Amino acid sequence: MKPPPFEYHVADSVDQALSLLADYGDEAKPLAGGQSLIPLLNFRLARPAALIDLNHIDALQGITRAPDGGIRVAAMTRQRALERNALVRQFAPLVVETMPHVAHPQIRNRGTVGGSLAHAEPAAELPAVMITLGARLHLRSKRTERWLTADEFFTGLFATALQTGELLTTVEIPAVPERTGYAFEEVARRHGDFALLGVAASVTVDETGVCRDARITLVNPGAGAERMQRAASSLVGRPIDDAAARAAGEIAAADLTATGDVHASPAYRRQLARVLTRRTLLRAYDRGRASR
Amino acid sequence: MSTRQFGQRVLRTEDPRLLRGEALFIDDLSFPDMLHVAIVRSMHAHARLLRVDVAGVRAHPGVTAVYTADDLGALMKPGPVLVPPPPIPGSTFNARTQTPLAKGKLRFVGEPIAVIVASSRYVAEDAAELVVVDADPIDAVVDLDAALAPNAPLVHDDLPSNMAAHVAQRRGDYAKARESAARVIQRRFRYDRGAAAAIENRGVIANWDARTSELTVWDTTQAPIPVRNALASSFSLSESQVRVIAPYIGGGFGPKIMFYPEELLIPWIAMQLGRPIKWIEDRSENFVGTTQEREQIHDAEIAVDKDGRILGIRDSFLHDTGAYDPYGLTVPINAQCTLLGPYEVPAYESEFTVVFTNKTIVTPVRGAGRQHGVFVMERLLDFAAKELGLTAVEIRRRNYIPPNAFPYNYEILYQDMAPLTYDSGNYQPALEQAIKLVEYDRFVEEQPKLRAEGRHLGIGVVSYVEGTGIGPYEGARVRVDPNGSVTLATGVGTQGQGHFTSFAQIVADQLGLAPTDVRVVTGDTREMHWGTGTFASRGAVVAGSATHAAAMRVREKVVRLASELFEAAPDDIVLDGGRAYVRGSPSRAISLGELAQKANPLRGAVRPGTEPGLEATSYFGPERGSTANGVHAMVVEVDPETANVRILRYVVAHDCGNVINPLIVEGQIHGGVALGIGNAFYEKLSYDGNGQLTSASFMDYLLPTALEVPPIETVHIETPSPLNPLGMKGVGEAGAIPVAAAFAQAVENALARPGFEILEIPLSPSRLYELLEAARQEPRAR
Repeated sequence: MKPPPFEYHVADSVDQALSLLADYGDEAKPLAGGQSLIPLLNFRLARPAALIDLNHIDALQGITRAPDGGIRVAAMTRQRALERNALVRQFAPLVVETMPHVAHPQIRNRGTVGGSLAHAEPAAELPAVMITLGARLHLRSKRTERWLTADEFFTGLFATALQTGELLTTVEIPAVPERTGYAFEEVARRHGDFALLGVAASVTVDETGVCRDARITLVNPGAGAERMQRAASSLVGRPIDDAAARAAGEIAAADLTATGDVHASPAYRRQLARVLTRRTLLRAYDRGRASR
Repeated sequence: MSTRQFGQRVLRTEDPRLLRGEALFIDDLSFPDMLHVAIVRSMHAHARLLRVDVAGVRAHPGVTAVYTADDLGALMKPGPVLVPPPPIPGSTFNARTQTPLAKGKLRFVGEPIAVIVASSRYVAEDAAELVVVDADPIDAVVDLDAALAPNAPLVHDDLPSNMAAHVAQRRGDYAKARESAARVIQRRFRYDRGAAAAIENRGVIANWDARTSELTVWDTTQAPIPVRNALASSFSLSESQVRVIAPYIGGGFGPKIMFYPEELLIPWIAMQLGRPIKWIEDRSENFVGTTQEREQIHDAEIAVDKDGRILGIRDSFLHDTGAYDPYGLTVPINAQCTLLGPYEVPAYESEFTVVFTNKTIVTPVRGAGRQHGVFVMERLLDFAAKELGLTAVEIRRRNYIPPNAFPYNYEILYQDMAPLTYDSGNYQPALEQAIKLVEYDRFVEEQPKLRAEGRHLGIGVVSYVEGTGIGPYEGARVRVDPNGSVTLATGVGTQGQGHFTSFAQIVADQLGLAPTDVRVVTGDTREMHWGTGTFASRGAVVAGSATHAAAMRVREKVVRLASELFEAAPDDIVLDGGRAYVRGSPSRAISLGELAQKANPLRGAVRPGTEPGLEATSYFGPERGSTANGVHAMVVEVDPETANVRILRYVVAHDCGNVINPLIVEGQIHGGVALGIGNAFYEKLSYDGNGQLTSASFMDYLLPTALEVPPIETVHIETPSPLNPLGMKGVGEAGAIPVAAAFAQAVENALARPGFEILEIPLSPSRLYELLEAARQEPRAR
């Protein structure tokens, strides 16, 4: 369990990192928190010719208000910093509810927001949360820059829209619409393990308690975070009572791309989608009605 | 010292060293000129090995040597059968052990094929990728039932089938018992594979000193003396030319009792190259290359009378030994014998077939087959109780061997080759204490109310016995040095059990010292020549008893010398605080150090027959093992929708005879229970149809953490063993043994669904959901 040989570069700035990435093309990997990449190297499952260490780039750290009212999280912000940040607490409570499920504090101390998103581990919680929140991601290369929605960014199992030479630099979480409630729940084998299945839900209601918008995203159903559009649409235009939540759960259970592995059969994943969709929707709905 | 140390909650004297990172573990060692090893292992579960091409490796910069089977010469022969099977009439045992490196055939994923020696482990691993292994895959033997089918591929081509052994034992007349039974309950039970997963993997460092013709080996073994003996024999050296040191070891749990190919190869390479050689097993190797435990399938039935009394048990089971069977029949015999538990079973018919498969070798892991037997028996009792309308507690109460029936002889042979005889026991108090501590009556009262609130809580109460402290023997040497320090040396290795403290307590009591005054040396063959090792929950019983005997003899020497000096009767000599004095005159004392000097005069004459020094060596070998017992009770809450289980309470009432140190015993129990919880609900070595391990990292092989293991409440009951002077019984494995049975009972009790039965271990939420769904679709009572 020793990695194959690689070159190691410490980038001092985003520009330098992008320049190195451009030079190496597909042969280099950016090193963020290393919580996934280092094990992959030790198992010799990843064999980059070079690592470009982003840990010394100040510009990639920190959480700020976005111009349009949301928040911006620089890609190298540690997950633990995200979890404990006052702006996040205020503007993205779903993130705060989710973070305790992301591995253990030791791993969150080191793991970064951008690292988790760029790695796109299908059982990771942050991609589903960012999809649910409608986050936008800023991608830069030596010559280009662009913004993608989280929906556009995640393209499958360990797959993203990142092109060769591109680096994820910032995540922007938009402002919270009024009367919006959130909930996250997952079932994992042990505290801190990747989810067998998780659900991130957000529900926006009007003054009368009618659901105006719902977003439901599954963690680890099969091939990466998956939005449950049909289940979400079924809730719009009505209050969410137990029957409605239950029906949405049934739709989600029917729609998800359930796969099996050593820990969960496809049928069990469907069951978890059914149950957790119902539970998160009810909680999100109650919170939406209770908020201003 | 006025306070007896035996029985006190003495803090572990080794912990400061361990906690400060000052203890020596094998990977801490480094020597000038040392070379590092990587091992090329089979990626195939079953294949013809056609060619191993290492030409590309030799040219790789930094590589010193590379070895395949063809390079080993006389070393290339099958290893020893470490534990010969007991002489049970009519039994069959086909011994097949592995050669140090594979030749001709590959029989499991992880089997060593080639050894690369290089300037660093990194370089060695780079070079390992250059080895070309040309192998022709054969269908793998994975499933136990399929392994015995007539056309199954053969793990060992020279055998007519994949049967490694067959053993039948019986007591009484089961057929007759069955005829008179009110109920006969029959089930098939499956207990799948698990790993020991010690925090420290294996490792070997060897150094051959040509000037002194001495081989020194540091090894993470539980059995340094047998390893020394094997190396001396393999290299035609005298045993005094080989020194094996087992330093601090991060957990043994059984697999480190084995003698592995690496333990032979690394010293051999050190002798070939004349340089220190280091191999540290990594976790990926450990998952496939270190022995595993636990795959058995039981077809069992119980015959009970109308009151729930056991009339007889019949059991026929398959035991997976993996690709080879170097450890004999210890694990299946443990399962066969321990099934009987603390119960009177007048008729018992048990047979097992050991099966070769293309999987990692199976040898004892904490519990060593006992948990399988306990699971089968406890589940059968649960089902019998249900059919008869008894509680799980009541059916157990009705079947315990009564306290006046000891010694109790089951008339079948145990792993130590002696008849399975329980030395002493008093079983009902453990049950009553456990149900009192877990508040069983209150739980039964509250359960329906909680259920009405939608909460599914369940309780499980099970019993077990554990044969511990088996022979043959261990030794101990106690010596008082001229500086007054006292050293104890034993031959057993230590892997975290607290030997440094509990053995010191025994010595301290004899010599009037504090345990911290006694320096304990374990696991160094130069310090103690004779012994066997740390296994079968025997350290405290066997090495502890030897320690007691040696310390008593040193005490006699001290007292005799002091009585001569003080011209007082030996009975009037008091040993206290490292000094000896005449009772009533503590101010006129002589230190142990001064006595040690006087016992070793450098000039003048001694009386003929005088032995120098204050030193004694003693050995202890029990006539047979002592039987510990206990009751575990747990309360779980199950989410019926997600089938996830949370353990709310865990209670252990146990009896391991007289307790040396309750703190250490509780620690042993806590660790064992944690392991048992892992076995029951988290840990599973999953093999696919090709014999590939699909849970080969801690991402997928799930060890329970502090978050999954609840606080464990313990109560001690002490029924002394008559088989050793201090009345001790072993406790090392106890905690792990009955957990799965308690878990199954508690989860069934929580859900109480018709047709929902737990007949297998390990479980998972996904598997529980499947079982619940199956019961929902077909809720027939069985």
